[in-house]
Amino acid sequence: MRRFLSYRDFDWLLLGFILLICALGVLEVYSTTFSTRFAGMHMKQTYWILVGLGLMFAVSLVDYHSLLERSHWLWIASVLALVAVLIIGHKVLGARRWIGLPGGIHFQPSEWVKLVVILALARYYHEMKQREATLADIAKTGLIAGIPMLLVLAQPDLGTALTYVPIFGMALFLGGLRLKHAVALGLLACAVGAGGWLFVLKDYQKERVHTFLNPESDPQGKGYQIQQALIAVGSGGIWGKGLTKGTQTQGEFLPMTHTDFAFASFAEEQGFVGACGVLLLYFVVLARLIQNAQTAPDRAGTFTVMGVVAVLAFHVLVNVGMVVRFMPVTGIPLPLMSYGGSSVLFMFLALGIVMNIRMRRFVN
Amino acid sequence: MMLGSEEKISQGRLLAVQYGILVIFLTLGFGLWRLQVMGSDRYGLLAERNRIRTIPILAPRGKILDREGRILVDNYPSFSALLLREQPTTDEDLVKIASGLNLTPEQVRERMRKVAGAARFQPVILKDDITPDELAFIDSHRNELPQLDTIVVHRRLYPRDGFAAHLIGYVGEVSEEMLNQPKYELYAPGDVVGRSGVEQSYNAMLMGTDGSRRVLVNSRGKEEGRLDEKPAQPGKQLRLTIDLDLQIAAEQALEGHNGAVVALDPRSGEVLALASRPTFDPNHFAVHISRDEWNALLTDPGKPLLNKAIQAQLPPGSVFKIIMSVAGLEEGVAQTLVVNCAGGKNFYGRFFKCHSVHGGGVEITRAIPQSCDTFFYTLAERLGISRIAKYAMALGLGQRTGIDLPQEVAGVMPSEEWKARTFRQKWYAGETISVGIGQGAVTTTPIQLAYAIGGIASGGVLRRPHVAFPQDLPPEMRPVSEAGSERRVPIDPKNWELITDAMANVTQPGGTAASAHLEGVDFAGKTGSAQVVSNEAKQKHGLSGAQYKDNGWFVGVAPRRNPEIVVCILVEQGEHGTMAARLVAQVVKAYVEKRRGHPTKLARQGSASSSVEVAAVWEEPGAAPGEGGKLGGGRFRVPVSRSRARAAAPQGAP
Repeated sequence: MRRFLSYRDFDWLLLGFILLICALGVLEVYSTTFSTRFAGMHMKQTYWILVGLGLMFAVSLVDYHSLLERSHWLWIASVLALVAVLIIGHKVLGARRWIGLPGGIHFQPSEWVKLVVILALARYYHEMKQREATLADIAKTGLIAGIPMLLVLAQPDLGTALTYVPIFGMALFLGGLRLKHAVALGLLACAVGAGGWLFVLKDYQKERVHTFLNPESDPQGKGYQIQQALIAVGSGGIWGKGLTKGTQTQGEFLPMTHTDFAFASFAEEQGFVGACGVLLLYFVVLARLIQNAQTAPDRAGTFTVMGVVAVLAFHVLVNVGMVVRFMPVTGIPLPLMSYGGSSVLFMFLALGIVMNIRMRRFVN
Repeated sequence: MMLGSEEKISQGRLLAVQYGILVIFLTLGFGLWRLQVMGSDRYGLLAERNRIRTIPILAPRGKILDREGRILVDNYPSFSALLLREQPTTDEDLVKIASGLNLTPEQVRERMRKVAGAARFQPVILKDDITPDELAFIDSHRNELPQLDTIVVHRRLYPRDGFAAHLIGYVGEVSEEMLNQPKYELYAPGDVVGRSGVEQSYNAMLMGTDGSRRVLVNSRGKEEGRLDEKPAQPGKQLRLTIDLDLQIAAEQALEGHNGAVVALDPRSGEVLALASRPTFDPNHFAVHISRDEWNALLTDPGKPLLNKAIQAQLPPGSVFKIIMSVAGLEEGVAQTLVVNCAGGKNFYGRFFKCHSVHGGGVEITRAIPQSCDTFFYTLAERLGISRIAKYAMALGLGQRTGIDLPQEVAGVMPSEEWKARTFRQKWYAGETISVGIGQGAVTTTPIQLAYAIGGIASGGVLRRPHVAFPQDLPPEMRPVSEAGSERRVPIDPKNWELITDAMANVTQPGGTAASAHLEGVDFAGKTGSAQVVSNEAKQKHGLSGAQYKDNGWFVGVAPRRNPEIVVCILVEQGEHGTMAARLVAQVVKAYVEKRRGHPTKLARQGSASSSVEVAAVWEEPGAAPGEGGKLGGGRFRVPVSRSRARAAAPQGAP
């Protein structure tokens, strides 16, 4: 049947909040880079956002069901891309995460694969008949999310690999995970964690955890980033030091101010009030997304939107948590605020799918 | 379509997710509140400390001048390598730094260990007086090694060849033991303080207050702006009572000898000259002295670091006879004493030798100029140790004079009580006989003898020796009371005349120092030679080396009564007081000639020879600071004193 689509059904409010966050992000990218060799990054970021908007509108036109139908092919392609990264990827700081494409574009598949995993899981749970997830469901969910995750972990990129965990968890939770299975999974995760600590984690990753637990033990060495981030955030006070006035940010005491530590810079320059404002914006966006999930036309739509919710919430939790010292340094960017094309495009692509689902809520 | 179940998802679970997210956000908000509201003061402070670096501006020490304002000690600018310690220095950097500064990594580590207790934002001086090469190394590595910097240090420039070295002293870094003492509690490790001489005793005055410059830096230690500057307050200059012309004469008198000379103005206690030999070059102490050089100074048998004018405790020998004369005359014993000197005399069953045979009828008027031991043995026997000790103690022997120089020693004036206290033994009457000629347990310092003899010649008024003018000093550094600076020993004018006349005969034909006679100068004094070991011991053990030769003493005054100058010399292994007397005569002659308006040696020499050559590097003018402008370097001469074209104004002879 033909569906009538209207941009009246487009979630303009959600887009408004998203763009507000993006604008604050661009402003902060400007503030953190204008006096450095990264000057002009805010314009690049703006271009990425515009490209992302275009992508979002484009994706919102294609019926998400057709994406779902092809999700197994997409999944296979994703796994192949991740394998390709391991083989021909650019080696930067000891990790292969990028593929160089013609035209000087760096392509980081691990960002997009998240979306594919969300779609694949949405399709799996869409087709599930019973109310509660069986052990077989759990195992299959684990394979769908786990195989790409292990490939990302092998790059190695612990931070991005971890973002697959909330997708997996959200799918299981909504798919009717039983309490005893949840407990068993939790124990398994602990065992895997302990095993991973002993046999898989690289020394630098272990050090990060060490440093997280004790940043003052070596404030000039490994704990430097954490300590400087804490000083930046704390010294911002209630009202902040003002745009381009953050001494920690501008004096380059704080590392990666326009990427991983963008929120710390923002908190230093805009203070408690500004930082809480941004948190509130993210919360509103997440609440709005959940509302869209509730009104989705089918289970697949709900699962897809909630997958996006899981990724976004996890990113915010880990990134802001890192800045306020609740989480170790993992190198996970803050979506929409941190500089980075892949991250921006991923968010808008995901948003496009959400819009797509919303626009079809009255169809059927 | 491949749609399967249209079963809706449990709303409860979606709501649970919503609440879960709310909890996460509240937690994050709490995290922000904890840091930005609760911790904002603490982190604000840390952020300030991060970006503000305090660089010291070292205050130059005050100059040291002679009594006429001629410069004895000056400063010259030099560069020191500075290590900033906000960021840790990796071992790799440390090795680089060490090689660039021509140090071993161990030396750098040792340096860092020494100041480990100091505050982190306080930079450390790694190396003093760096060469142009080392300066260039620092300048060219500003990006790789931002923790290295340079600082201009005003380094002490002392007269060369150890001129007046013991008087002036030297400076050095405050030691760990010193820092534990209450008087150094305000100092920090690395501070440069006086370690000896007037540099030490007037350190508080000479030392300025360091200033500081606060600059904004980024995380790599690069300077991004200047915040404020607290200028350094230079130390105050110190004018000494020393007369450079006389100091030169004193130094020359001692040349080639070991010992000490001190010249006082007994009317005031002002020290006019003070020298000790062998000497050392304090300029080597201004930069870090090498361990070898330091050990050589410590182990030198001549004890070059000892200021013998105030730290050598030796038997005064025959100079003590003047004190004996005061005691004997005041007690009414000596006036009538006439002895027969047959080259010595038996006391208590033992023969005490005289240095020659003076024959019969030796009275005090002859006993002093000819230094007859037999006379003074007999006088000592008659007086007894208690009365001798009473007068000697009254005249300041066995006690510190209280001169404003560090580490003065007291010497020993023996008495019954002293022996009981020190050895828990009874005094033997035989010991008194040796004390009569300044042997036995009596030991004195040159400054004590100058003080005592100068006081006797001044009619019994002794004034505390000092090298700084009390009126020039800040109130807290002045001597506690004026009363303490003067000591009066009643001496009958008749006795005073008798003693001073006899002392004047010492330099006359027939006196022990006839060869030191100064034509047209009323020059009086007393020779002394003191055994290092007794004659018996010499014979018994066959000791004959130079180290067992007698020490020669002479204390001279001019004029004989109410003298303007008293000079005491100690010539180690000088054998006799005669040679010592001739050396004193040189100093007295220099004094008298200056008073009479003859051009001084300094004025005759002109300025060229009284300057010191130093090496230094500097930034060429015109370059903006911090840009690492062009460096200049070279050697140049710094005048130590201004030559005085002194008008030869005729002055009445004293």
